[in-house]
Amino acid sequence: MRAEPFTRKSGVMAALPAANIDTDVIMPKTFLKGIDRSGLDRGLFHDLRFDENENPRPDFILNRPPWNEASFLVTGANFGCGSSREHAVWGLRQFGISAIVAPSFAGIFFDNCARNGLLAVEASDSQVGILIEHAEVGAGEVTIDLETQTIVTPERSFHFDIDERRKTMLLNGLDAVGMTLQWRDEIETFQSRYLAEHDWLA
Amino acid sequence: MTQPRTLYDKLVDSHTVRRLDGEGRQVLLYVDRTVLNEYTSPQAFTGLREAGRDVFRPRSAIAVVDHVNSTRPDRDALRADRANDAQMSYLQKNCDDFGIELFDLFHSQQGIEHVVMPELGLALPGMVIAAGDSHTTTYGVFGSLGFGIGTSDIEHFLATQTLVYTRLRNMRVEVDGALPVGVTAKDIIMAVVRQLGADGARGYAVEFAGSAIGNLSIEGRMTVCNMAVECGARGAVIAPDEKTFSYLADKPRAPRGALLEKALTAWQSLRTDPGAAFDAYVEIDAAAIAPMVTWGTSPDQAAPITDVIPDPAHETNDARRRDAERALDYMALAPGMRLRDITIDRAFIGSCTNARLEDLRAAATVLQGRKVAPSVAAAVVPGSSEVRRRAEAEGIDRIFIDAGFEWRQSGCSMCLAMNDDVVAPGERCASSTNRNFEGRQGAGARTHLMSPAMVAAAAVAGRLCDVRSMKASHAG
Repeated sequence: MRAEPFTRKSGVMAALPAANIDTDVIMPKTFLKGIDRSGLDRGLFHDLRFDENENPRPDFILNRPPWNEASFLVTGANFGCGSSREHAVWGLRQFGISAIVAPSFAGIFFDNCARNGLLAVEASDSQVGILIEHAEVGAGEVTIDLETQTIVTPERSFHFDIDERRKTMLLNGLDAVGMTLQWRDEIETFQSRYLAEHDWLA
Repeated sequence: MTQPRTLYDKLVDSHTVRRLDGEGRQVLLYVDRTVLNEYTSPQAFTGLREAGRDVFRPRSAIAVVDHVNSTRPDRDALRADRANDAQMSYLQKNCDDFGIELFDLFHSQQGIEHVVMPELGLALPGMVIAAGDSHTTTYGVFGSLGFGIGTSDIEHFLATQTLVYTRLRNMRVEVDGALPVGVTAKDIIMAVVRQLGADGARGYAVEFAGSAIGNLSIEGRMTVCNMAVECGARGAVIAPDEKTFSYLADKPRAPRGALLEKALTAWQSLRTDPGAAFDAYVEIDAAAIAPMVTWGTSPDQAAPITDVIPDPAHETNDARRRDAERALDYMALAPGMRLRDITIDRAFIGSCTNARLEDLRAAATVLQGRKVAPSVAAAVVPGSSEVRRRAEAEGIDRIFIDAGFEWRQSGCSMCLAMNDDVVAPGERCASSTNRNFEGRQGAGARTHLMSPAMVAAAAVAGRLCDVRSMKASHAG
């Protein structure tokens, strides 16, 4: 499936300054019962955003203006750890989040982001610290430019690193399956040889 | 002459269809097998349908129903409702349309995916197995590479038999020495996760080695590989040995006869070459490990049962201190409290981590002749229908039932509470599972992870307790 391309985007950044925010918290189990990808914006951080009567918790960051319309998150290390559920990424996208900045991301989550046009930026602890401070006081819009690999706030600008392949995929919203199927013959050839050598798997 | 290589690197090399960059850090990786479940696969099949694509090799996949199904004991009564479950019926349709073997709710081999695959003999040494569940690391126990993937990558695998894969760094975790009595594989991996931290192995494939790993049973080693993902590892391998080969010998789908002989020869090379370099080394003294329990909301927030709850004020790292304070607030616990003074409302034995036959035996040994405390609701959910049958043949079900445990059908159940097995808000559960995240076992639920024997001991005592003291008092 093609993802929406990410080139350059400006918007509000919300801070969730905790480490190890897991996908159970990002998308609780109640929202995993569907067979499509719809309705997950409501599920995003559900138990933090809503109380037991389904009323918004006024103190949660994503319920407070201007962060209720956040385009970006800045958060702690190992974001997205735990369950492989891609619903977490679908929910973030449906809520309107198009990029997340953190010192590190859990592996499965990081791959899931790239497949859905969600830019996951690994930044240094100090850069993340500065962005969290910036986000918490609501000090104006942030611009993330994937082409030039920069994050710009009204006061500062950072460069970030990204794997070339991931960058190309995100910039163009490419269909990963379609890209791989260009090597279909090569895969067939590999498989024939592999299964001949490992005939107990054939 | 070739460079000495780690087992992990050998597995990646032998499955590399093509390099996607100069140095081979990114590769197109051939994947031998997957197991699909009802909740992470639907959108992958929809993706195939919408693009008009077929499954590359249908026989390289099986599907099981495990996450959403009820585990109520009278399973047959559920037959009428099956068609009403959108995920179960869509899985059935997808398996029918694409030619994939399905182990549905009423199949005699139904169970948790990571329990079913090994017991069928579908996870074999030298394979790469990727599946839409983070605990796919379990298959590393056979000297294969297992790792979790998201739904988009399930679709990618189904359509292409491959994944675009970034090679991990190598970490060796060596656990040497004799495990004390009452200390299990679960305690080893909980001690590793505590020492490394929840992201300590992020970006790594971990090879577990050392005498204490060698001395574990295959099922014990599965527990270790399974929970390696809780310190961030996206691959956990153990070199196969005679125990591995003998485990596989009687599995129904494993190779036999001449094919097995040939396979065994190939499997001998599934070990790290002498002199191969790892990017990180960790050593753990097995003799120093005590039964572990978690006190917080991340699997690394754990301590030996003999300890007290640590004081976040002593944490020098600001972020970790805030996380610990938040965790204690959620768990309604105070620093300095003795772990063995924590009372529980529920006891749960289940999950792909710890619901195999040996786990049930270990818990039953503790429960024999004892009763669950009146204040505790206790349940056991066998890892598979096969485990359930075998346990019943040994009379283990009677021990659980006589002690006051509910003896249920198989599924993921209260490990993640996607079905109706839910811990109520504010309730505290001693659990043989893998994650103590906020809300994991139900909104507001409080989870303490531990070994199955420790859960059994806690169920009897009505509070967390050191299974070793319980054994002594029983014997004396």
